[in-house]
Amino acid sequence: MRVFPILQAAAAAIALFVAGFARAETPGDFLRSYDAAARQDAAEFTGFSAQRGEAFFKSVHGREWSCAACHTQNPLATGKHARTNKPIKPLAPAADADRFTRPDKVEKWFKRNCNDVLGRACTPLEKGDVLSYLMSLGK
Amino acid sequence: MKFSKRSISYALLAAGLSWTGMAMADDHFSTATDPTWKTECGSCHIAYPPRLLPASSWRALMSGLDKHFGSDASLDPQTAAGVAAFLDKNAGRDRSASRTPVLRITETRWFVHEHDEVPDRAWKNPQVKSASNCTACHVDGDSGEFNEHNIRIPKQK
Repeated sequence: MRVFPILQAAAAAIALFVAGFARAETPGDFLRSYDAAARQDAAEFTGFSAQRGEAFFKSVHGREWSCAACHTQNPLATGKHARTNKPIKPLAPAADADRFTRPDKVEKWFKRNCNDVLGRACTPLEKGDVLSYLMSLGK
Repeated sequence: MKFSKRSISYALLAAGLSWTGMAMADDHFSTATDPTWKTECGSCHIAYPPRLLPASSWRALMSGLDKHFGSDASLDPQTAAGVAAFLDKNAGRDRSASRTPVLRITETRWFVHEHDEVPDRAWKNPQVKSASNCTACHVDGDSGEFNEHNIRIPKQK
């Protein structure tokens, strides 16, 4: 039968397409995974707070920089690297749909930036609070 | 034989022009490129052309990415290995006499010489902020274009 190879090729193409996007996530997926991790960290965890996230985002934590030092007080706006002046795309998902869609990228930047701002890794609670704040913007 | 002041200045001018011409021919650095290098080395500053530092300098930089001039710029080992290989392959010649590798492009003798005409106030301009901010003046520096005719030193506001 002639149709069969075409169907096979189509199935293979669909499989490739799906595999290619399997790593793409939504901000909500990240929030759910931080939620699960925060619950494991503390039994008394009652959910994330955008308000707490905003305060965290805008304060310094014993070092020179806050998150806002580069991302500005308004995460819907274009930021600027505090040392080099290079523009940084807005961090809020409403302003840039690519934000919080790639686990490798999100992990890379949380690792670096938490180290720069706090001198340690961020906890799932801190990540979830900040992401809740970012997701609350521009809606 | 006696040279007039004017003929001497013409000769000097001609020599200066031909020197500038040679320097300009050498001012496009983007011969080597690599998508991972461009993305990873170009997220906080422009991806500095690999030939601006010798291999020993790039190796030293790549082994200390977690403390990169006051910032954590760490990469996962696989990505770091790819970038390191690209830099190693396309690095410049080692011109320094020192045994400790120069880590800042701005401290190489080449950089200091090329920028000796830039006035102090231009470096201190907040729009320039840092000598590492090539594109503040080299408007197309991001694509490796450092031609003398493509320089706009921002005016102090």
